Formats: sequence, structure tokens, C-alpha cells
Amino acid sequence: MSRPVVDVRDLHTHLVTRWGTVKAVDGVSFSVGEGETLGLVGESGSGKSMTCLSLLRLVPRPAARILGGQVWLDGEDLLAKSEAEMRKIRGRRIAMILQDPMSSLNPVFSIGMQMREAVALYHGLRGRGLAARAAELLAAVRIPSPAERLRAFPHQLSGGMRQRVVGAMAIAAPPRLLIADEPTTSLDLTIQAQYLGLLEELQERHRLALVFVTHNLGIVARICDRVAVMYAGRIVEMGPVRRLFTRPAHPYSRALLESIPRLGARAARLTAIEGQPPDLARLPAGCAFAPRCPSVMDRCRVETPPETVVEAGHVTRCWLEAPGAGAPAGGRPA
Amino acid sequence: MSALLEVEALTKHFPVRRGLLGRATGLVRAVDGVSFTIDAGTTLGLVGESGCGKTTTSKLVLGLERPTAGAIRFQGENVLALDRAQLRRYRRAVQAVFQDPYASLDPRMRVGAIVAEPLVINERLDRAARRRRVLELLDLVSLPARAADLFPHEFSGGQRQRVAIARALALSPRLVVLDEPVSALDVSIRAQILNLLRDLQQRLGVSYLFIAHDLGAVAHMSHTIAVMYLGQIVEWGPADVVAREPRHPYTQALFAAALPIDFDTPREEVVLSGEVPSPLRPPAGCRFHPRCPHAMARCASEEPPLRPHATRQVACHLY
Repeated sequence: MSRPVVDVRDLHTHLVTRWGTVKAVDGVSFSVGEGETLGLVGESGSGKSMTCLSLLRLVPRPAARILGGQVWLDGEDLLAKSEAEMRKIRGRRIAMILQDPMSSLNPVFSIGMQMREAVALYHGLRGRGLAARAAELLAAVRIPSPAERLRAFPHQLSGGMRQRVVGAMAIAAPPRLLIADEPTTSLDLTIQAQYLGLLEELQERHRLALVFVTHNLGIVARICDRVAVMYAGRIVEMGPVRRLFTRPAHPYSRALLESIPRLGARAARLTAIEGQPPDLARLPAGCAFAPRCPSVMDRCRVETPPETVVEAGHVTRCWLEAPGAGAPAGGRPA
Repeated sequence: MSALLEVEALTKHFPVRRGLLGRATGLVRAVDGVSFTIDAGTTLGLVGESGCGKTTTSKLVLGLERPTAGAIRFQGENVLALDRAQLRRYRRAVQAVFQDPYASLDPRMRVGAIVAEPLVINERLDRAARRRRVLELLDLVSLPARAADLFPHEFSGGQRQRVAIARALALSPRLVVLDEPVSALDVSIRAQILNLLRDLQQRLGVSYLFIAHDLGAVAHMSHTIAVMYLGQIVEWGPADVVAREPRHPYTQALFAAALPIDFDTPREEVVLSGEVPSPLRPPAGCRFHPRCPHAMARCASEEPPLRPHATRQVACHLY
């Protein structure tokens, strides 16, 4: 594979709260290549969003601090950049789409004003060329009659349309890396299907590296090439989507996949994951999933499992898969 | 099996008022001629996108809104003609669990008091009997007895939803309206709550009106499924029939958009163009025709009624 667009190595982001230090991102490593989509899944508090904000160096200060690691974007370490340099990277080389389009759009300015601001910034265009480029971008995200829509205000558009506008601004540069943080969660099902199709189209056209944050495994199956499963600030398993979904190695990924009701007959019972999501300020020693794990061993409660390669491109952090520990590598628990 | 709840041609229009005098300038046809039944001990799954009238339908069933027209019969009795005392009894028999257990539980009340509140209002029990009943209810939803003395903030989302379910069951209702009961919960917790709801149905014989946009969960929970579009039911039938072989083009698109996690299920991609039109000015004829991939000339002028088609009912000119 050619050099990845983004290469994250051993990223650590901590939050200092009243209840203690929370390791929101605890040694996360992944890379995404040109035209590739990485799905980042996990429940709330697993560190998905904090990982994305760390890439942009937009973690909420002063509570959060990026304490270690590297974020390589096309061979440059973003964590070593100055704030002024970062400002030129955000939006231009890394763009982000958030869950709620209303939080990205300013309600008192027209769509046109906000689009033109982005385009002027990235392309140095003015006047008629600027307006034309803004309309072009709206057309690229399939907004009907784009020239008229430029005069509209955010509240005059539907949720799906607003999210398209945010998408149009995100590809204005166009960026090298696009981070989409649950972009379809606020959309209806049929609109979600439209939006996912649109994202794929934009990605193909601009060869974007795409990081798609979601808790919806159906979306991952639909659009991602690879998937990283996060639990309590760590990537516990990462691999090609089909491989991970059909032969998950980590008990958490397996349990998550089994707990989802599938279309079809009324199955007898869902396989529920026992217990509650972990309290990040009071994580147990060893593996964070140990208290809920059906295959837990003594060792899991003491030592943190290392990253183990299950197969080329498929890694996991579980003692069951670690060589010379518990089960043989690749072995399944009973 | 007898019908516990029968809803017939239920209609709710909201006037849109404008200006100083508040003159009605339009009508939102939130629910427009909806009919369905729920049998005792079964679950009806109500699906559709935002604005299709699911929540208004549930409010009408809960007696929180009065319908513009139509009838609701509960155990054969017309709910709209009940006197105050009878209405009170109806409201005891029909309870609700809402989406957000952070909003639906009073943060200043202890869990024991929250679960006991329906009993305080509706039943004359002494303290000891009330406490016994509260502990029974907590046990029913698998919460420890000590939960009664804690406050909601001491619980996670899944446990709070258990508290809300315990409160809904306090008066031994016959029907519980579940409005997106797991949408606000973490993915790993959803299966626990869905399992709990099904266990409770088996033990208590309670019926559910289950509203959700997660079609996998609806298919898993429901005996029958009704699909709503712009205030009307477009398809209604046994859950596995509707989920596996949807007939109405809208149901087909909806279920095709409900991305499955198995790779090997063959599936058709039906991506609808356009958006849901405003319920202020629903399209003439079939309300779905502007977005329908199979629209014919008559769809634009003639409204298709809900007609039986094998074991289900479909409102579409194709059948």
C-alpha cells in the first residue's frame, strides 16, 4: 500500500475532571489510505469523538490534553505544529462533519454567506467566480436549484438538506482527510440512505481518506473498508469489515454483533452484554472489558492485553488471542 | 385472541394559526384515518420517519390528545365516551415508557418514590404494602432492592430505563406504549432492555405499542407491524411477513435502508429520491407517489385504500 493519508501512532488524550484523570484516548493507533473508509465504532464514552478531535487538535481545553503520540498527515506530524499552522490545516486538509448540522451552521447568516466564506478562504476567489463556485458545490451535494438555495437561511432547509450543506462546505477545499462523526444519526432512514450514497460519491471523486464515526454497525457494513472497535479509550479490535463481522476475535466485538436484532423472524432472545458500560474515571486494572466478558480469565483482571495480530491486517487486544497465553493464537473460546 | 385495543379511522388535525387574531390558515394532517388493532399480550410495532404521525397516534391512544375524528375502543368500550371515573381507569390500564430516561425521571425523587408515585395517586395502600409493591416491581425489572433509596443520577441509562419500566408497570397496565424505549441507550445495553420487555410481556401478558425507528428492534419485538407515511398506514401485517417481504414501495425502501449487519443476505438497494412532503399540504392521490419508483398515472389522482393482500393489508395501486 502507498503511504497512508493519515497515520495515528500511540495517541494519548487525557481529561482532567473533578473525579480524576480520564484516559479518554489511551494508546490509539490506526492509519487510513487514499480513498479508504475506516469505521470507528464504540459506545458513548469509548473515545471515538475524542480521537477525532485529537486529530484536529480541537480537544476541549483546558480539561483535555494530548499527552503523547503522533498524528502524521501526508508525512507531517500534526502534534508538532504550531497553532497558526494547524489553523491552515483545519478545513483545508482535514474537514469534519458533525452529527447535528445546526451546530455547524450559523442560524443568522444565509447559506450563501457561509459557503462563500469557506470557498474564499480556501481558493482565494472573489465576486462572481466565488458565487459560482459556491453554487457548484451545492450542486455537487445534489441540492436542487442551488443558486436559489444560497439565499436561504439554515432554518428554511430540512435536516437532510442542512447536512448536505455541511457536506458541501467540508469538501470545498477539497480536504485529504474527512472525518464524519455520526453524520446521519439525526437523519431519517430513507434520507440516511441518500446521504451515505452521496458521501461515497464525494469520496470517490476526491479520493478522500474517510474516518466514519458511528455506533450503527449496519452503516459500517454498508460503507466501510475497515473497522476499528473502541472500548474505554482503546482500539480493542481492528480489521477488514467483512473479516471482523464474520470472525470477530475480541469478545466485545463478538458480543456487540450478537446483541443486535436482525431483520427476519422474531428470534427467541437477544444475546445481551451483561453489566454496564465502564466508568472511565474508575477503570479496572487489566482489560477494561474483563468485568463484562463471558470468557474472562484471571490474567485479564491484572494485565492489560497487548495488541496481537490475528491475521495480516486484523489485530486485537485480548489475552485469548495473545501468543502463548490462554488459548492458542486464533483459537476461539468455548 | 380478542382485540385489546381497536383504533378506527383515527384522525387528528392540528390547525396552524397565524397573525394577531390567531386565524387558522391551514391544517396539519398529523394522523389521517388510521385503523389498527392490538390483541391482548401482543406487540404492534409502529414504524415510519419523523413527522409521519407515530407519536401523535401514541398520544391519542394515551388520551393525551383528543382526536378530530375516529374511534378508540379499549376492551370493547369507546374510550372517547368515557366519564371521568372511567377515564381514570383507562389511564391506569394504559401506561407509557419514553425515549429518554434522563428526562422522564424526576432527579430530586428517590427511585422508590418514583416507582411508588402511581400507587400513591391511584391506590390506597399503607406504607408497608406500598414498599412491598415497590420492591416487587424493582425485582421484576432486575434492580436490587437498595435501588429504592438511590437517586436517578446514581444509575446508568439502561438502569434508569428499568426504573421507568417499573413505574409504568406499577398499576398492572394492560397496554404499555413504548416510544423509542432503547434509542437513547448505549448499543451494548439495548439487548438487555429488549429482552427484559419481552420477558415481562410473557410473564404479565401485557400488550405493547412499540414505536421505534430501529427496524431490526421492531421486527424482533413485534407480532404485527404497521408502517406509517404522512399520517396514514400504508402497510400492516404480521411482523415477519412485513419485514421479510415488504409489498408497499415505501416499506420496501424503508426496510432496504435499514442496513443489515450480515453480508450474505441478498438485498436490494432502493434509494428514494426527494424528501417527505409537508403534512400541511400532502400530495393528492397516493401521498407517496412523488417519491415512488413505481408511480403510475392513477397514483397522482386516486388515493389507494388499505386493502387485504394475502395475510397483510397494503394501500397501493400495484396490488
